[in-house]
Amino acid sequence: MALLSKRDSKLILDPLSDNNPITIQVLGICSALAITAELEASVVMSIAVLFVMGTGNVVISLIRNIVPSRIRIIVQLIVIATLVVIVDLVLKAYAYELSKTLSVFVGLIITNCIIMGRFEAFALGNAPWRSFLDGIGNALGYALILVIVGFFRELLGSGTLWGYPVFGDAIDMTGLYALGYENNGFMLLSPMALIVVGIIIWIQRSKSTHLIED
Amino acid sequence: MGINTDKNSYTLLFAIGMVIIVGTLLAAIDSSLRERIDTNKILEKQQNILYAIGINDNEGSSVRFISKDQAPIEFDKYVVNQIYIQGGKIIEDEEAYLIEVKKEKTLAKDASYNRRLPLFIAEKDDKKYYVAPIRGKGLWNSIWGYVSMDEDMIIQGAYFDHQAETPGLGANINQRFFMDDFIGENLLDSNGNFKGITVSKKNLDPRNEIKDDNEVDAIAGATITGDGVSAMIKSDLGLYVPYFKQLKQN
Repeated sequence: MALLSKRDSKLILDPLSDNNPITIQVLGICSALAITAELEASVVMSIAVLFVMGTGNVVISLIRNIVPSRIRIIVQLIVIATLVVIVDLVLKAYAYELSKTLSVFVGLIITNCIIMGRFEAFALGNAPWRSFLDGIGNALGYALILVIVGFFRELLGSGTLWGYPVFGDAIDMTGLYALGYENNGFMLLSPMALIVVGIIIWIQRSKSTHLIED
Repeated sequence: MGINTDKNSYTLLFAIGMVIIVGTLLAAIDSSLRERIDTNKILEKQQNILYAIGINDNEGSSVRFISKDQAPIEFDKYVVNQIYIQGGKIIEDEEAYLIEVKKEKTLAKDASYNRRLPLFIAEKDDKKYYVAPIRGKGLWNSIWGYVSMDEDMIIQGAYFDHQAETPGLGANINQRFFMDDFIGENLLDSNGNFKGITVSKKNLDPRNEIKDDNEVDAIAGATITGDGVSAMIKSDLGLYVPYFKQLKQN
């Protein structure tokens, strides 16, 4: 991280651990529940959010001095919606299969409160470069949790990773299934995403005890 | 910055300016990508239809279409005839596969409109396949599919897809463990009358060995999506019965 000053690298690293948008600020839970049944969808969602958050923060930061404060929330929404529609169109044109898995969830990005939160809390008061780093940092923090949750839900729920069977074939009863192992279908339902996130929060807080409030 | 951003006139101007910029930008991107998106949709239809007649790259238990580059070539090779049926008349149309079932269904709400029913006739290993598109409602949004049949309306292959069914539950209608169960099922009952296929939770035949019971095994936890599949098979494939009756007579 020699490229970045200490203050700047904090912008990227903080959201990955002590200021994680999902596990500490408990934002963006809605999309974390919806799309993490498969690892692939989690990764694509993360990349899309990375793009929207990075560019969105820069755009908002560039226009921060000319945005009338009374309509700033609407302006933020328009910026997010525009970027999301662009992501959707580009996916449809260049990664059609993926755009199908994400079709509904791409719309969910618009309502992702992490993005609105960073626009309001950071980009409106900081220069473009720092806003960009902040956006990337928070998107990576979001992505980290999404990927972890997606990994466990797909592995335990469907017995696959990225669509490839890891435990053998459940229908032909090969591999682990021959020994009587069964996929836990419950992992595919949204409540289990919350529980996995809860376990991550638990582990994180027991490791960094300064996060625990009295 | 010396602008007073709190003035009403400024706020209004800003809003108008923003709408114009964003509108132009999105319109430009949409029109530049439109062609690619439309091509993707057409290729997907070809892949789906080919899948229903058993032309695919399936590996193990996962669904793999043939590649996008191969789709148009294979499509021209296997699909020998495309027709649509309108008001009892059979009309040949080389691009019948581009007829949108969704649009036809909407138009058909007007009683004076005769719905066009596309049917694609394919030949593979000297055997004829009749592929019909179907469309209906799942739990959250549309579901659709392509079903290939022989002259006796026995299902030879099926592909189902969905817009937004629950991942891991209803979304599994496009998985092989569900779709493959339809192969060999008879759409007609023992008297030769159209009955459709019911996605049933109590058919006591999980391996689907009984092929003439007009039932396949349902997906646990996906009742409404399953009912949607039964309903669209019944309503949409039922419309083709006169065609198949005529086919038998000739």
